[in-house]
Amino acid sequence: MEKFDKLSAIAAPLRMINVDTDIIIPKQFLKTVKRTGLGVNAFNDIRYNEDGSEKTDFVLNKDAYRDAGILITGENFGCGSSREHAPWAILDMGIRCLIAPSFADIFYNNSFKNGILPIQLPQEQVDQLMDEAETNPEAPLEIDLENQTIKRGNKFSFDFDIDPFRKHCLLNGLDDIGLTLEKKAHIADFENNDKQKRSWLYKS
Amino acid sequence: MTTTPRTLYQKIWDDHVIHTDENGTSLIYIDRHLVHEVTSPQAFEGLKMANRPVQRIDATLAVCDHNVPTTTDRLEEGGMNEESRIQVETLYKNCEDFGVQLFDMADKRQGIVHIIGPEQGFTQPGMTIVCGDSHTSTHGAFGALAFGIGTSEVEHVLATQTLIQKPAKSMRITVNGELGDGVTAKDMILAIIGEIGTAGGTGYVLEYAGDAVQSLSMEGRMTMCNMSIEGGARAGLIAPDATTFDYLKGRPMAPQAEQWDKAVAYWATLKSDEGATYDKEVVLDAADIAPTVTWGTTPEDVMPITGVVPAPSDFDDEAKQKSVARMLDYMGLTAGTPLTDITVDKIFIGSCTNGRIEDLRAVAKVVEGKTIAPNIKLAMVVPGSGLVKEQAEAEGIAEILINAGFDWREAGCSMCLGMNPDQLEPQERCASTSNRNFEGRQGRGGRTHLMSPAMAAAAAITGKLTDIREL
Repeated sequence: MEKFDKLSAIAAPLRMINVDTDIIIPKQFLKTVKRTGLGVNAFNDIRYNEDGSEKTDFVLNKDAYRDAGILITGENFGCGSSREHAPWAILDMGIRCLIAPSFADIFYNNSFKNGILPIQLPQEQVDQLMDEAETNPEAPLEIDLENQTIKRGNKFSFDFDIDPFRKHCLLNGLDDIGLTLEKKAHIADFENNDKQKRSWLYKS
Repeated sequence: MTTTPRTLYQKIWDDHVIHTDENGTSLIYIDRHLVHEVTSPQAFEGLKMANRPVQRIDATLAVCDHNVPTTTDRLEEGGMNEESRIQVETLYKNCEDFGVQLFDMADKRQGIVHIIGPEQGFTQPGMTIVCGDSHTSTHGAFGALAFGIGTSEVEHVLATQTLIQKPAKSMRITVNGELGDGVTAKDMILAIIGEIGTAGGTGYVLEYAGDAVQSLSMEGRMTMCNMSIEGGARAGLIAPDATTFDYLKGRPMAPQAEQWDKAVAYWATLKSDEGATYDKEVVLDAADIAPTVTWGTTPEDVMPITGVVPAPSDFDDEAKQKSVARMLDYMGLTAGTPLTDITVDKIFIGSCTNGRIEDLRAVAKVVEGKTIAPNIKLAMVVPGSGLVKEQAEAEGIAEILINAGFDWREAGCSMCLGMNPDQLEPQERCASTSNRNFEGRQGRGGRTHLMSPAMAAAAAITGKLTDIREL
């Protein structure tokens, strides 16, 4: 997983609430056996017309936001399915950071596993960032994970919260499986005790 | 000795914690892992690259369901498109390479992953159960802590039989009293989602309680827990009781003989203690719940069938007003239209929400001796598993459905998510027993109304949304 420490990028405002995983990556693109290459299909139905041409009203089709690395959006982003294809597709488009008033649980969790930083902010701050991104699209937004701040030059600075363990993993690009396998002895102890307590769950 | 009263969720959590770090992050043990073809290929690839085995093949069960066609020619050459075939064959190959038990398409035990787990007795009370699918919440009907995970976590569980988690908040949803005629578990869960909203359960594990819940069959309980995720909650729970134990006894993967007795003794302890506290409580009266349908493109957009299509101005929040306007446009609906005036084109009966035998019985009861309306282009019934199909055929249900004009299919996820050939055409309107009415879910431009099996059956007969109580 790629590390995430600082990011300075264009922020695109996607003014929608309840953006579900079927919107982020429709089902016909889930047939891949790879993690990469889904960026071109991200947001397919709201991004492309049926003939494959681009919809002009979709924010990431606008010249100002084509190279966005940050997406600002409405509440309950990522609701629906557990498909990790959703963060894979977003990452593959070049977006490393999402800002919203709230995220759906599974999507939120999946984002961290892929080096994407989802930032939850109060609605008023999200609204302000949206307005800023609309009126002043070319100025990059600066994200600093170590210090947990979002800034735009000297214009404003917001602090954000993040779980310390997730922060640590993102900052260092750590692989969860490697971390867990360091606790192998704890897992073995648990299994040995559990085999006594709930023997029916283990093949004798 | 006094102990603090605990909720069912806390009891299951406590029994699975392996280790907790000082920051409160825990490593928890996973008892059972269900695997399907869509969310597993990249996980198995990761294992191969790191040269890691599957930690417990006896705790892992795989099945193909999302991609598979539901037509009878699906086992033949060319019965499946190339991409789907590759994904299904990749699952077969991975199961062979890692020694994981698989129900392939030719196996009569094949079916939707959340139908076959309970059916085989793989799902049991008190377990932690995961699957790379958000509707894993279904298994919570047995008093198991069951939730959907992404592919990175699928790989994590395959490699370690554990997950890194923080405890969730708890919410008890109590439905008191008795459901009225024609009102089912599906109506109850739709009404609950309407009440709490699609993000109301975010960060929570839900526990369903009350007379109306306890009197449900296992099938009804599964329907409710299945849609916990539509309320934003990763997991829903119902305390196990005699109904649960009766359902499980004798199933192939359930404990046998003295192990059964030992298991039941443990399972009987799995209920929230008197005085246990929840972070949130919601109470509904069963008598207030009518047969319920969705009118919009999120599962919280529900209305009793006696209602009318709402207007954006019926909502206070500006973002929701904008969203409602978009939904009405997408759904091709005009505010103020009585729901029972809405005609439909297709009927879909099936899915992990409502693809079990009891659901098919409910449909048969409504359509017996009748035929589907002439404006219905397709009415399909997709049993949740090969075994459900076999049972429905043995009970004469299949014959009733076929005589009424329904297509009788092979088991799979089918039109619930349109990853396979079963899809809506743009602007087609469907009465569906599935769980998501998202834009494009059942096919690009398709318009979905979620409802119970009996209500979908009624719509098939009249050709429009119908109050089952009036039929």
